[in-house]
Amino acid sequence: MMQFIHKYGSPKYFYQWSYGWQRWLTVITVLLLGFGLYQGFFVAPPDYQQGESYRIIFIHVPAAWMSMFVYMVMAVSGIVALVWRIKVAEIVIGESAVIGASFTALALITGMLWGKPMWGTYWVWDARLTSELVLLFLYFGVIALHGAFEDPRTGAKAAAILAIVGIINIPIIKYSVEWWSTLHQPATVAKFDKPSMHISMLIPLLVMALAFKTYFMALLFARTRTEVLAREKNASWVKEVVEQES
Amino acid sequence: MLAIRRRRELSNPLVFFVIVVSLFPLGVSPDQDLLSKMAPGVIWVTALLATLMSMDAMFRSDYDDGSLEQLLLLPGPKILLIGAKITAHWLSIGLPLVILAPLMSLLLYFPTHAIGSLVITLLISTPILSLLGSVGVALTLSLRSGGILSSLLILPFYIPVLIFSTMAINASANSLPVSGYYALLGAFLIVSALLIPFAVVAALKVSYN
Repeated sequence: MMQFIHKYGSPKYFYQWSYGWQRWLTVITVLLLGFGLYQGFFVAPPDYQQGESYRIIFIHVPAAWMSMFVYMVMAVSGIVALVWRIKVAEIVIGESAVIGASFTALALITGMLWGKPMWGTYWVWDARLTSELVLLFLYFGVIALHGAFEDPRTGAKAAAILAIVGIINIPIIKYSVEWWSTLHQPATVAKFDKPSMHISMLIPLLVMALAFKTYFMALLFARTRTEVLAREKNASWVKEVVEQES
Repeated sequence: MLAIRRRRELSNPLVFFVIVVSLFPLGVSPDQDLLSKMAPGVIWVTALLATLMSMDAMFRSDYDDGSLEQLLLLPGPKILLIGAKITAHWLSIGLPLVILAPLMSLLLYFPTHAIGSLVITLLISTPILSLLGSVGVALTLSLRSGGILSSLLILPFYIPVLIFSTMAINASANSLPVSGYYALLGAFLIVSALLIPFAVVAALKVSYN
C-alpha cells in the first residue's frame, strides 16, 4: 500500500501516468458536455412554471455540487500531503483550491442570474445561498494562505491544515446557517415548489454533473502536471521530458 | 504575565471595541427601537473584530524574540503550552470584553432583562474565538503581513459562534427559552478545546519549517 502510494505519487511517475488520464478525460468531457448541453438546451421541454429560464440549472446545479466535492478533494489531499508528505498531493491542494473557488463563484453567479427573474431579486439571505458564500470565503482563505509563503511546500502544508480544519467546520457552518435562516427569516420571496423532475430534464442534469466531474479531473491533471514540471525544474527527468517534447 | 507589563497594548482592542460600538448610533441613527434591535449583532461583530485585532499578540512577540521556539523545544506535551497560551489570551481579551459588553449594551438601549444572556453567550464563546483564532495566527506566524491574512482565514469559522450567540440573545430578549443555544455553544467550546490545540501544534511546526 505505502509503496503503491509513493510510487504513483512521485513527481516523475505521476507525470508519466497522468498523461493518458488527462487526454482521455478531456475527450470524455467534451463528449459529455456536448451531449448534456444539447439535451438540456434543445431537447428538454420548458418547465411549466419557469418556462425557459430554468435551463440554467444544467450549469448551476453541477457547479454547486462540484463546489463541495472539490473541497473534499482538497482536504483529502491535504491529509495525504501532511501524513505521507507526497509532493504531488501538495500541488493538488493549491490547484484544486483555485478550481473549487471558480466552481463556487460560478454556482453563485448562475444562481443570482436565475434568482432575478424567478424570485425577483438577485440575492436572498437564504441558508443555501449563505453557506455557498461562506464556502467561497473558505476557498479564498486557502488560496490566500497558499500563495502567501515564499516556499510553495510550506504554503501547501499550511493550506492543508486550514483545509482540514475547514472540513470539520463545514457541516457546523452549514447547519448553523440553515437554522439561522429558518428561524430568523421565513421565506419572504415566493419560493417555487420544485416539481419532481421529469426524466427528460433529469438525464441532461446528471450528464452535466458527470461532465463537470470529468472536466474537473482533466483540469486538475493538466494544472498539476504543469506545476509538477515547474517545481521539479532542476530534476534531470524534467530536462529529458522537455527535450523530448520540444 | 507579560501582557500585564504592556498594559497599553492590552487595552487597545478594548478601546477599539468601545469606540466602534459607539460609532453605530452615529452612523445608523440614534433611534431607540432600531438600536435595541441591532444591539446583539453590533456588540457581537465588534467583539469578533476586537478579538481578531488582539490575536496577533498571542504568538507574535514570542516568535520574534525566539522564545516560542525554545518553549516548543521543552520536554513534555506541547498541547499544554498551547493551552496555556490560549487561556492567557482569553484572560487578557475575552474576559475584559465580557465585562465591558453589558456597559456598551446600555448605550444601545438593549433591554436590561436580556443582558444576562449577553454575558453568558460571551462567557461561553469568547474562549472559542481565542481557540479558533490561534490556528490562524499559528499558520501565518512566519509571514510578514500575517495579521490581515489570519483575519481572512478565521472570520468564516466564527460564523457559527456569531449565529448561535446572537440567536440566543434575541431569544432571551423576546423571553423565549435559551438553554438550547447555551448547550450548543458549550458543545462547540468543548469540541474546539479538544481538537484545536493539535491543529495549532501542527501549524506551528509548519511555521518553523
